[in-house]
Amino acid sequence: MPQIAQLTADNWYLASQLFWLLIVFAGIYVVIGRGMLPKIEATVDARDRKVADDLAAAKAAHAAADAIEESYRQQGDASRAAAQKAVTDAKDKAAKDAEKRLAKVDAELADKLAAAEADVASARSSAMAEIESVAAEAASELVAKLSGVKVAAADAKSAVKAVLHG
Amino acid sequence: MAAESGKIDPMHQFEVTPLGGGFNLGGHEILFTNSALWMVIAAIALGLFMWGGMRRQLIPGRWQVAVEGFTGFISSMMMANIGTEGRKYTPYVFSLFMFILFCNLLGMLPLGVLGLHPFTVTSHIAITGVLALISFAIVLVVGFWRHGLHFFSLFVPHGTPLPMIPIIAPIEFVSFMVRPFSLGLRLFVAMTAGHVLLKVLSGFVINGFNAETLWLGSIVSVLSFILMIGISALELLVAGIQAYVFALLTSLYINDAVNLH
Repeated sequence: MPQIAQLTADNWYLASQLFWLLIVFAGIYVVIGRGMLPKIEATVDARDRKVADDLAAAKAAHAAADAIEESYRQQGDASRAAAQKAVTDAKDKAAKDAEKRLAKVDAELADKLAAAEADVASARSSAMAEIESVAAEAASELVAKLSGVKVAAADAKSAVKAVLHG
Repeated sequence: MAAESGKIDPMHQFEVTPLGGGFNLGGHEILFTNSALWMVIAAIALGLFMWGGMRRQLIPGRWQVAVEGFTGFISSMMMANIGTEGRKYTPYVFSLFMFILFCNLLGMLPLGVLGLHPFTVTSHIAITGVLALISFAIVLVVGFWRHGLHFFSLFVPHGTPLPMIPIIAPIEFVSFMVRPFSLGLRLFVAMTAGHVLLKVLSGFVINGFNAETLWLGSIVSVLSFILMIGISALELLVAGIQAYVFALLTSLYINDAVNLH
């Protein structure tokens, strides 16, 4: 077994084996372990950091978008409420105006009615008075024609008034 | 069995042969061997693999994802086992894991078809043992550096009753000292056993077709070949698992040194 032989006997190739192993392994350690490995690890770390940063940025952007959407919704709600309030106000105002105008018209109509009624009443009373005087004249004439008695105008009037007014 | 494997030697694949370039270092002759060649090949392949993942794009391509998968695998393992302080040791454990993984996998390449001999560097206990000793040395240095003599409290698990300490402490000490051996031995044995098994089975395939009673030999060959396919798949799995186990145990041992119990 050559592997064991080189350890037991004073073998020629043990020294060469160790020499070349140390040279090659030291080379690998320096060039690859110390030179290349840290660069590759740095690349991996940089990529991991970039991915983490990008994810964080995306999360922040998402949150910002959510906030904007929320404020937009609040604004919409507020303006809708304002519009509704304006509509109700306008409706209320219109109703009040109409009521006021209606009341004014009502009052005017009532005045006119009252005036008309007063006219009617005065016309009626003047007509009544005319009827009374005409009836008194007629009655006095009838009395004079029938009995030749002259009735005083005042007497006739009171007599007619008594008949007419019961 | 011995007769069937004939002159095919399943241990030949582990032999180290010089390829030249010798010089003297402290009384030892240092030669460039096939073992060194495969270490260099593994290092170059690993370097190319990592280089392909160095484009540092924000949205990675396939290759970059593969490389980042490996680095992420080791750094998350260090994070899980040691904590944030584990990042300091990630370069070492990553180098260890990738070097062992590439050596294991390159040794599995079917280059024998082309007449070449792949050499599994990690099938030599001299290699795995040195790697384990480096891990062990890091544990000792970090442990004594951070905790001083308090590091010896590692041998007294938390909550041990006072009278039990004289018994528990030596057991813990032995188990601590055995760590580098078990760490190195595990990888070496797994690689060696797997490759020996594959070579023995391939010996059966060749000798079966060369047998005098061809019909019987053919049955043996076909069955061995089917078995080889399965074992090869298993060995690829073992190659990954053993590299992972080596890195995982190293990270756990470093955790002992960093955080004590």
